Order: sequence, then C-alpha cells, then structure tokens
Amino acid sequence: MPSTSAAFAQARAEDRAALIGYLPAGYPSVDGSIRAMQVMVEAGCDAIEIGLPYSDPVMDGPTIQAAAQAALDGGVRTADVLRVVEAVAATGVPTLVMTYWNPIERYGVERWAADLAAAGGAGMITPDITPDHGSAWVDAADAHDLDKVFLVAPSSTDDRIAMTAVASRGFVYAAAVMGVTGARDASSDLAGPLVARVRASGDIPVAVGIGVSNGDQAADVAAYADGVIVGSAFVRALLDHPDDEAAGLDALRALTTDLAEGVRRGTR
Amino acid sequence: MSQQQTAYGADERGYFGETWGGRFMPEALVAALDELTDAWQEAMADEAFVGEFERILRDYAGTPSRLYHAERLSAAVGARVLLKREDLNHTGAHKIRNVMGQALLTKRMGKSRVIAETGAGQHGVASATAAAYFDLDCTVYMGAVDTRRQALNVARMQLLGAKVIPVESGSATLKDAINEALRDWVASVDHTAYLFGTAAGPHPFPSMVRDFCRGIGDEARAQCLDQYGVLPDAIAACVGGGSNAIGLFTAFLEDEGVEIHGFEPGGDGVETGRHAATIHAGEAGVLHGARTYVLQDEDGQTVESHSISAGLDYPGVGPQHAWLAANGRATYTPVTDAQAMEAMAMLSRTEGIIPAIESAHAVYGALDVARRLGAQKGPDATVIINLSGRGDKDMGTAIEWFGLGDAESEAEAVIATEPGEEA
Repeated sequence: MPSTSAAFAQARAEDRAALIGYLPAGYPSVDGSIRAMQVMVEAGCDAIEIGLPYSDPVMDGPTIQAAAQAALDGGVRTADVLRVVEAVAATGVPTLVMTYWNPIERYGVERWAADLAAAGGAGMITPDITPDHGSAWVDAADAHDLDKVFLVAPSSTDDRIAMTAVASRGFVYAAAVMGVTGARDASSDLAGPLVARVRASGDIPVAVGIGVSNGDQAADVAAYADGVIVGSAFVRALLDHPDDEAAGLDALRALTTDLAEGVRRGTR
Repeated sequence: MSQQQTAYGADERGYFGETWGGRFMPEALVAALDELTDAWQEAMADEAFVGEFERILRDYAGTPSRLYHAERLSAAVGARVLLKREDLNHTGAHKIRNVMGQALLTKRMGKSRVIAETGAGQHGVASATAAAYFDLDCTVYMGAVDTRRQALNVARMQLLGAKVIPVESGSATLKDAINEALRDWVASVDHTAYLFGTAAGPHPFPSMVRDFCRGIGDEARAQCLDQYGVLPDAIAACVGGGSNAIGLFTAFLEDEGVEIHGFEPGGDGVETGRHAATIHAGEAGVLHGARTYVLQDEDGQTVESHSISAGLDYPGVGPQHAWLAANGRATYTPVTDAQAMEAMAMLSRTEGIIPAIESAHAVYGALDVARRLGAQKGPDATVIINLSGRGDKDMGTAIEWFGLGDAESEAEAVIATEPGEEA
C-alpha cells in the first residue's frame, strides 16, 4: 500500500514540496472523477485527496460546494467513494479521503476504517473534527494503520497545535488563511508562521492548503512547507467544462503540470 | 441565574450524558469557541453582568412575562391551563432573551459585529433589534427560499439596520443559512460574534442559549407557586431547535413530580416522511457541530425537513433535548400541521390570543395532556404551556390555510371552535 510519509520523504529527497490534489468523488460522475484523478496522478500529483460529498460542507467555498452538490444530485453514495479510492490507490500514490464527520459516523467508524484500508486508502482528512473530539476516529485509524490528518489554523493556540501534531499521522494540514476553501489572488502571509509553529511541535510533514491555485503560488508555499494542497482550482477546471470531458481533463493536466513545476521551483 | 450543574447539564467539554452535544467543528473556530466559553462563564458569575442582563430584559423586553390563567380553555379541558405569555415580549417572542444576552456578551468581549442565521426571520429580526440596541454591525443569513416567503421580515431587518444576505446554496433554507453563517465566521472571527438562534450547535451554544432563555421557566415556576401555591403537574413547549423549550424546562428538571412535554413539528404526519420531528423520527448523528438527533438518509446526508411552521423547520434539535429524551426526563411527541392550525384557531377564539404556529404545536399537545391530568386529578390539575410567540407573522399562512381575508367567504365553517373538535 502506498504510504503518505514515503511520498513526503521522496519529495524531500528531491528537495521539493509534495503536491497534493483534491477532487470530490462523483463529479462529474463516479467514473469521470476516477479518470480525472488518474490524470492528476499522471501529470504530477504526489498524493490524492478524495472528497466525500456532504450536504452541509461548512468549510467549503462555492466552487467545491457546487461540485459536491452536483455529485450528490447525481446519486453518489458512500460506497462509491470507496470504489474511487480503490481505483486511485491502484495508480500507486497515497490516497486519502477528506470528509465531514457525519457520513462516517453513519457508516460506522470501525467499519469505515476497515473498508477504507481494504480499498487501499492511506487515511483520512477530517475538517470538522479535532483530536480532542475525535477519539472514535483515532482509535479506528490506529487499529487499521491509517493516516489521521487533522487541521491547524492561524487562530490555533500553540498548545492546540502541539496536541494536533502529536495526534496526526501522515501530515498536518495547515489552513493558510482564516476562511473557507477557494482560490485567492494573493498568497497568505499567515501560512509561513503557522508552518513554523507546527514544525516546533515535531517532525511530522506540514502541508498548506486553502487558496493556492497556480504554479507561482505553489512555488511560494513550497519555499516553506512540506506539501502544497490544491482543491478548488482543480474543481474549477472541471466545472468550467461541464459538457466536454476531454477539455476538462486537458485543463486538469495543464494545471497539474503548472503546479508540479511550481513545487519544484520553491526556493528552499 | 447560573449555569446548570446537574445530571441534566453538560460536562466541561459540552457533552450531555457523555454522548450528546460536544464540539464537532473546524479547528479554525475552536479558539473562538473557547474564548466564548470563557467569556460566558465569567459573565454568568459576574453579578454586574447578570444584573445588567436582567435590567435590559425588564426595561426593554418587558419581562417577566405574565403567567395567564386561560379560563375558557381550562373549562373546556377540565384542568387549569396556564399560558406563559412570551408572545407579549418586545419583538413578539421568547427569542429577545437569547439575543439580548448574546449581544451583551458580544459588547463585553469587545467585538463590533454580529452575524446570525434565520429561517422565517424571527431570530434575524431579534438579532437586528439587539444590534440596533447595542450599536453593533449586523449581517443576517437567510435561505433564498425563505427571503422570498418572508419579505416582510426581510424589510423589518433592513429597517433595523441589518444587512440580509440570501443563501442560494444547498436547499436554500435554514440549515444552509447556518452553514453560510459559519463560513462567514471562519473568516471574520476576530471581530465578529455569531448570535446562534437556538440551543443547538457546538459547545457552548446549547448551554449558553439555555442560560439566556431559562428565565422563562424560572419566572413561570415562581409565578405558579406564588399565584396557585403549587408546582404544575405538567409543562409543555414546542421544540424545533428547542430554545424556548429548554428555557421553560430547565427550572423544572429537578422537580420530579412535574411532567415535561416537548411537541415536535409533525408536518404532514411522521408516516409521510414530510415532517421535522427530529427526536421522534430522526437518528443520532452530528449536525452543525453537535451530536444529536438528525433527519438523515442512510449515508448520513441531511434530509430536508418540512413543517408549516418555519420556526420549527430544522432537521436537527438541541443536544440537551436529545439527552432529556434518551434519559426519559422529558417526552417528545409530534403534532401535525393540521393539528397545530386547529389549535391556532381554537386559542384565538376561546381566549382572544393568536399564537405563533410554533406555539400552537405546544397548545395542541398540551391540551391532550391537560385532559388526561384533569380526568386523573380533577380541575386543579395544572399545566403550563409556553406561548413562545405571537401569530401576527403567520397570518399569511393562516389566510391560506383557513381561506380567510375575504369578507364574503364563510371560512369559520372550517375552523373548530371548541378544543378537540375536528377541523
């Protein structure tokens, strides 16, 4: 099974940051989302985050909301997400699920962890649970050898950052700005100090997400972070080509290439 | 007035009965929720804050609200029916208590802006009122479907100086307005307070909103003892998110002889699937930061709720209610749209009081309880109903439901005039 920490180690060995790409499962269709993620892997993503579409995504901006809602309207189910995990993990990159908590509690936390591991998933990113209210997930993830990626934010206290770094496995997800997901014009000046604070808490890799949408921004972030997470910009590439899958995949490939060059350009 | 520290309250992490409530929230908001928790606990222990809150409620909102003996209603059901007249508060509902408390706390914390979600607009109007009183900037998120249905309340909020933002995402109703308010808060938390509209959401909101609303029950308990020399045999309130209900229930939780009844919106009937009876028909899950009963599908996706009463139309419920249901201290029963409308007409005609449709759910359910208790214990059996709001805002619905507004029509033929009579 591909390991997240190995992917970060490989990037570090190449003196660059890792590129982590996000798309929701089921947009524009279950098979269409698999093809899109395969393109992202081919064009240079080191790891893939698969979004589990949810009816009430409070951390997501309009772009990801739109795709997730379309996926739900198209009938995507939790079991379909596992099928996407299996297909993407088969490409050889670490594959994590990013999900709000209620669908997991509903599926059954222990059953979910077992099925995610069986599908080849590396772990899970949990935007609306924190380690201090997530013991059920921590226990299940540990039992099934899965990564637990929790978030830190510019507003996090040093104590909470330390607690989160200790509880996480794979990497720590540093939210670059105070706000929801979505592309932003300028790079954040909050992310660098946040990454430094996580580093002070341990040697787990730190990846920065929220707001990165092009190679230049990726290069900026790669200068100080172990990983660069891109979501809304990938989703936007698909949303902009609703009736032309080939054009959407071309846009996705071009964006991935630009970002992959960016993470290799960061002055480290 | 103090935090409730009993078997029915929450632990320091916000869990009721170790299971319900908690804080399932993005890390970005945890610092703000911790700050709010500390500020609320310090404020409730500060006599100056509590005194100021009570003074504002008395002088501005008009509390304590009356406990009124509804004599014709009592005669009809064979028991003493007492109405807690929260409908007579400023802005016409119990909600003024919550917003004045939260806005006073906002000032104490030195924040300059408040945001709120609203369904039908009542909490939005109350929040805009509090913002005007305290000179705070105010933005209200409201589902686009609701802004079209409730244009009058949109205008009221705007007149009070608030900015109303229609929410188009998801189902464009109350739950989506909450989502959008949370998205605003993640980006604005350093200078903005979120005035949550009900006793739900992440810790500390369920406990804090309860503390600001518990005057309803504290007053009613003292008034009942003072006026009649007894505790009631039963108390009743409607439950959507559950702020008016927990506000009434809290003072009575330790009074084991007092039956506690919550009445949930049964919509077209629970069996139809078109309802908002979350405790009766939902399943345990996490919504808007708390573990509680949630209307959800097999995959944990939130299912849209349905009620004729916009103020009860929410697919979750406050976590303390989930705990009171689970431990049996309170009983939660659905009341359908048709039953609530029957009670609305009946209370209007027997007492000259037009209740909010929300409150009419409690009236309908409580009269059943009163009939039973009257038969068991005689006419001194006492039931307190929280009349949480007035019905002016619901006249559009009433016009449509009963065919009113046309002086030539014979609408009264379809309205029951006696309790229990079929509409």
